[in-house]
Amino acid sequence: MSLLSLEGVSRVYATRRGLFGKPVPVRAVDHVSFSVAPGRTLGIVGESGCGKSTTGRVALGIERPSEGSVTFEGATMPMPGTPEWRRMRARLQLVHQDPLGAMDRRLTVAAQVAEPLEIHGIGDKAERTDRVAALLRDVGLRADLAERHPHELSGGQRQRAVLARALATDPALLVADEPVSALDVSIQAQVINMLTDLQEARGIAMLFISHDLKVVRQVSHEVAVMYLGRIVEQGDPEAIFADPLHPYSRALVSAIPVPGPRRIERIVLSGDPPNPADRPSGCAFHPRCPLAVSACRAEVPELKAAADGRQVACHLVEAA
Amino acid sequence: MTEPLVSIRDLRVAFHGMPALRGIDLDVAPGEAVGLVGESGCGKSVTWLAALGLLPGTATVGGSVKLQGQELLHAAPTVLDRVRGGRIAMIFQDPASALNPVKKVGVQVAEALRLHRGLEGAAAEAEVLRLFDQVGIPDAKRRIHIYPHEMSGGQNQRVMIAMALAGQPELLVADEPTTALDATIQAQILDLLRRLQQETGMALVLISHDLGVVAEMCRRVCVMYAGRIVEESPSEALFAHPRHPYTQGLLAALPDMVGPRRRLEAIPGGVPEPWNMPPGCAFAPRCDRATPECGAGMPGFVPVGPAHQAACIHVQPATVPA
Amino acid sequence: MLRFVALRVGRALLTITLVVTFAFVVLRLSGDPALMIMSPDAPPEALAAFRKAWGLDDPIWLQYLKYFTAILQGELGQSFRDGRPAIQLVAERIPATLQLTLPALALKVGLGIPAGIYAALHRNSAIDRAVMTFAVAGFTVPSFVLGLLLVLVFAVQLGWLPSGGQESWRSVILPVISMGLGGAGILARFTRSAMLEVLGQPYIRTASAKGVPWHQVVRLHALPNAAIPTVTIVGFMVGTLMAGAVVVESVFSWPGVGRLMVVAVSNRDLAVVQCILLLVSATMVTSNLIVDLLYGVLDPRLRGTAPAGGGH
Repeated sequence: MSLLSLEGVSRVYATRRGLFGKPVPVRAVDHVSFSVAPGRTLGIVGESGCGKSTTGRVALGIERPSEGSVTFEGATMPMPGTPEWRRMRARLQLVHQDPLGAMDRRLTVAAQVAEPLEIHGIGDKAERTDRVAALLRDVGLRADLAERHPHELSGGQRQRAVLARALATDPALLVADEPVSALDVSIQAQVINMLTDLQEARGIAMLFISHDLKVVRQVSHEVAVMYLGRIVEQGDPEAIFADPLHPYSRALVSAIPVPGPRRIERIVLSGDPPNPADRPSGCAFHPRCPLAVSACRAEVPELKAAADGRQVACHLVEAA
Repeated sequence: MTEPLVSIRDLRVAFHGMPALRGIDLDVAPGEAVGLVGESGCGKSVTWLAALGLLPGTATVGGSVKLQGQELLHAAPTVLDRVRGGRIAMIFQDPASALNPVKKVGVQVAEALRLHRGLEGAAAEAEVLRLFDQVGIPDAKRRIHIYPHEMSGGQNQRVMIAMALAGQPELLVADEPTTALDATIQAQILDLLRRLQQETGMALVLISHDLGVVAEMCRRVCVMYAGRIVEESPSEALFAHPRHPYTQGLLAALPDMVGPRRRLEAIPGGVPEPWNMPPGCAFAPRCDRATPECGAGMPGFVPVGPAHQAACIHVQPATVPA
Repeated sequence: MLRFVALRVGRALLTITLVVTFAFVVLRLSGDPALMIMSPDAPPEALAAFRKAWGLDDPIWLQYLKYFTAILQGELGQSFRDGRPAIQLVAERIPATLQLTLPALALKVGLGIPAGIYAALHRNSAIDRAVMTFAVAGFTVPSFVLGLLLVLVFAVQLGWLPSGGQESWRSVILPVISMGLGGAGILARFTRSAMLEVLGQPYIRTASAKGVPWHQVVRLHALPNAAIPTVTIVGFMVGTLMAGAVVVESVFSWPGVGRLMVVAVSNRDLAVVQCILLLVSATMVTSNLIVDLLYGVLDPRLRGTAPAGGGH
C-alpha cells in the first residue's frame, strides 16, 4: 500500500523564447509515475532543469499536474486552496535548500515552530509550548536557541529549525528538496543522520530530491534518475550506483569525483543538457549519448523492467 | 627541490579586527597541482585573494607572499596589475556572475590579451579564437560576439578559463571552479583543467570544499580549518591515511559511493566564529581526542610521513623525515 | 526589435490619450469656464452666448468627441481669454522655460553623476559623507524654499543677482540653481548606490584579477553597468523639462510655460491648459520611450535573445 503515488504525471508550462517570442509549451515533467510507501525514502537525482523540483511541488499538491494524477493516502490530491487541501497539507511537508528564505525573519524559532500548530488548531497554549520544546529536542536544537531569531543561527541550526516546524503537524510525508546542499560536509552529515533517525522514530516517508548522488545513496530506499523531465532509471540505490544501466545514469555516476580508486570507467559527456523548450526527438538523451543508434532518434523509450527489478528507459538495455 | 614559484609565509588576514587567516605557510612549485580543501569560512579563498591584493580595503593583511622572490603583499598597483592575469590568473565559482554582463565574451578575453601580450585588433581576435578552440568552445567565430547570458554555465566557465589562459600565466588559481555547475559539466571542466595544465605546464591551485574533486585533480593537498592549514600531504596518503582528527572527521562525514552504507560520522558542533576563537588548536572543542594541552598553544606541524605533516599534538611523528 | 519599438510607441500614445482625457474631465468638472471668464454676475444671455460660441452648451460627450477629433487633427483650440490659438500661446513660452530647465538639467547631471561616482569610489571618506549630506539636504528642501532663500541672500541682502524677471543671463542663475541642486542631490545619491552595487559584483573582482588597472576597471567595467539604473533617473528628469519649472517660474516671475499654466488653470482657459498638458505629457512619454530604448542599447540582457542550449 503506497502513501503517495504519481500516475503518468506531466507538468507543462508555456514559456516565451525571448521577450516577444511565441509561447512554447515546455514539459518540465513528462509522464512520471512512482510511488512512495509509508516510512520509505524515494530519492530523485538529476541535474538542473531535469524536473526534479517540479516533481516535488506536484507531489506536494502545490502545483497541479497538467496530465495524470497524484494520490495521497488513498485519495486524489484536492484542488489547492480548498479546506481539504489545507488538511492534507498538514500531512505533507516541504523542506528546501534555503532555510533562511523559508523562515520569517521577525519571529523566534519557537514562534515559527508553533505556527503550524496554531494554524491547524492543534492543542491549547500549554500543550503547544510542550510540543515545541519536544520538537526542538527531536531535531537536536538546544533549548536556549528557541528564543533566537533566524539570523542568529548557523546554517545547520536553521535547517534543523525548519525541520522542527515541518514535523510539527506530524506529517506522513516529507518532501526534501536539496535539504543539505547549502551545508558544509561536517554539518551535512549531522543533518542527514538526524533525518534518517527521525524517519526511523516516526515512520515518515520521504521524497528526497538532490543533485548529490552520494547523499541520495545514503538516505534512499529507492532512487529515480531524471533527465529532461522523464525518469530514465529507477530502482535499488546500491544496484544503480554500483552498476548503472542507463547511459545517462552511467555518465552521472562516473562524473562524481571520489577520493580513492573509482569503480566504473569515467565517461565525460559532451555538450550541455538541452533546453526543455527544445527537447530532442526520440530519447531526449540521444544527442549526448555515446551509444545512440537510429532508433534513439525516432522513438521515445518507455520505462520498462530490467535486471534485478530495476526499471530503465533505454532502447539498448535488455528487458528482463 | 626546485625553487618555489609562489612562497607564502605567515600570511594573516583580518576583517574589522576579526581574524580570517591566522598564519598560512604554503609553497607552490612550478607546474605542480595543489589542492586547498576546507569548509566555508576556513580561509581557502581568502588566502589567494589576499596574495593577489584582491581583498576589499577593510581587510588588514600581514605576512609575505613572494612570486619568485618578488614580494606581492602591499606591492605597487602597477606591479600587481602585471602579475594578475599575466603570471597568476584566477577563476571563480559562479562563472555567470564573474563575467561582465554588458560586454561580449570575446571582448572580455581580448582585454587580457591587450593588457598582457599587447595584442589588438585582428591579431587579438585570432588569438581569442584559438583560445576558445583550446578550451573547447564550439562555433567560436559566432560565440566571441555573444554575451555571457546567452551561454550556459559550463560555457561561461570555459570563457573564464580562456581569459585566464590569455596572459599565459605560470599559475592558475581555480576557486571552486565547478561548484555552481552540474555533475556532468563539472566533469568536463575538470578534464579541461587537467588537460590544459599538461599542455601549458602551468601550476594549478585548486580551491574546493569537495574532497573528491581535489583528490582527482591534485598531487598534493592542504586541509584548512579556521584560518590555518592543519594537514598537508600527497593526496593518496591523505585519503588513505588521514592523520589530523579534522581530516579524519571530514572523510568519515562524507557518504560513500561504493561499499556498504554506514551511518555517517558527523563532526559534532560547528566551526568557531572568528570573534570566538578557542585558544590553541581551533578544532579542539569538536575533537574527540582533545585534552587540556590542546588549549595551551597553537599546535605546530608534526611530520607523519613522506611530505606529510599534521598540526596536531596527538599525532605520532614519523621516524623517517621527508 | 521592431516589435519592441512598436509596443513602446503604442503604449506612449495610450498614455497621452489618457492624460488628455483626464485633463478634459477634471477641468470640466471643477467649474464652469463661462462663469470664470465672464465673471459670475454677467447677464445670463451673455453667458449663454459665450457657451454657444465655444460649444459649451453641447452634451458633455459631444464636447469630448469634438475636442478629441480636433486634437487628432492638430487643432488645439483657441484661448478663451484672447482668442489666439492656444498652441501659439504655449509655443511662445517654450524657449523661456527651456532657458531655465536645460541649464538646470545640465547642473543635475554635471554635478550629480560625478559626485555620486566619486563618493562611491571613496566610500566612507570625508568627501563621501559631505556629498551625501548635501544630497539629502538637496532633495529634502523644496525648490521654492531654496529659491526664496537664494533670493533673500543673493538678491535682497547682497544685491549681486536679480530677484526675478528676464533681463540678462544673470537672471537665469538663481532659478537654475534652485531647480538643479535638488536634482543633483537625487542623482548623486542614486549614482553612488548604483556604483556601490556594481563595485560589489564578482565581475569587478574578475576584472581586477586579470590585471585591469583600477581606473580602467571603473571606466570600462563598472560605469557601463552602473549607467543602467542611472539612466532611469536622468530620463525622468528630461521628462520634466517642460513641467518642472512651474513653481520656480512663479517664484522668479519667469514668463515660461509654467507661469502660463498657473494663469490658465485659474482662468479655466481650457484650450491652453490642455495644450500645455499635451506638451508636458508628450515630453514625459518621449523621454520614457528614449529610456526604454536606451536600456536595450546598454543592457544586452534586455534585447531578448534566449540562451543557447542548457537550462542554466
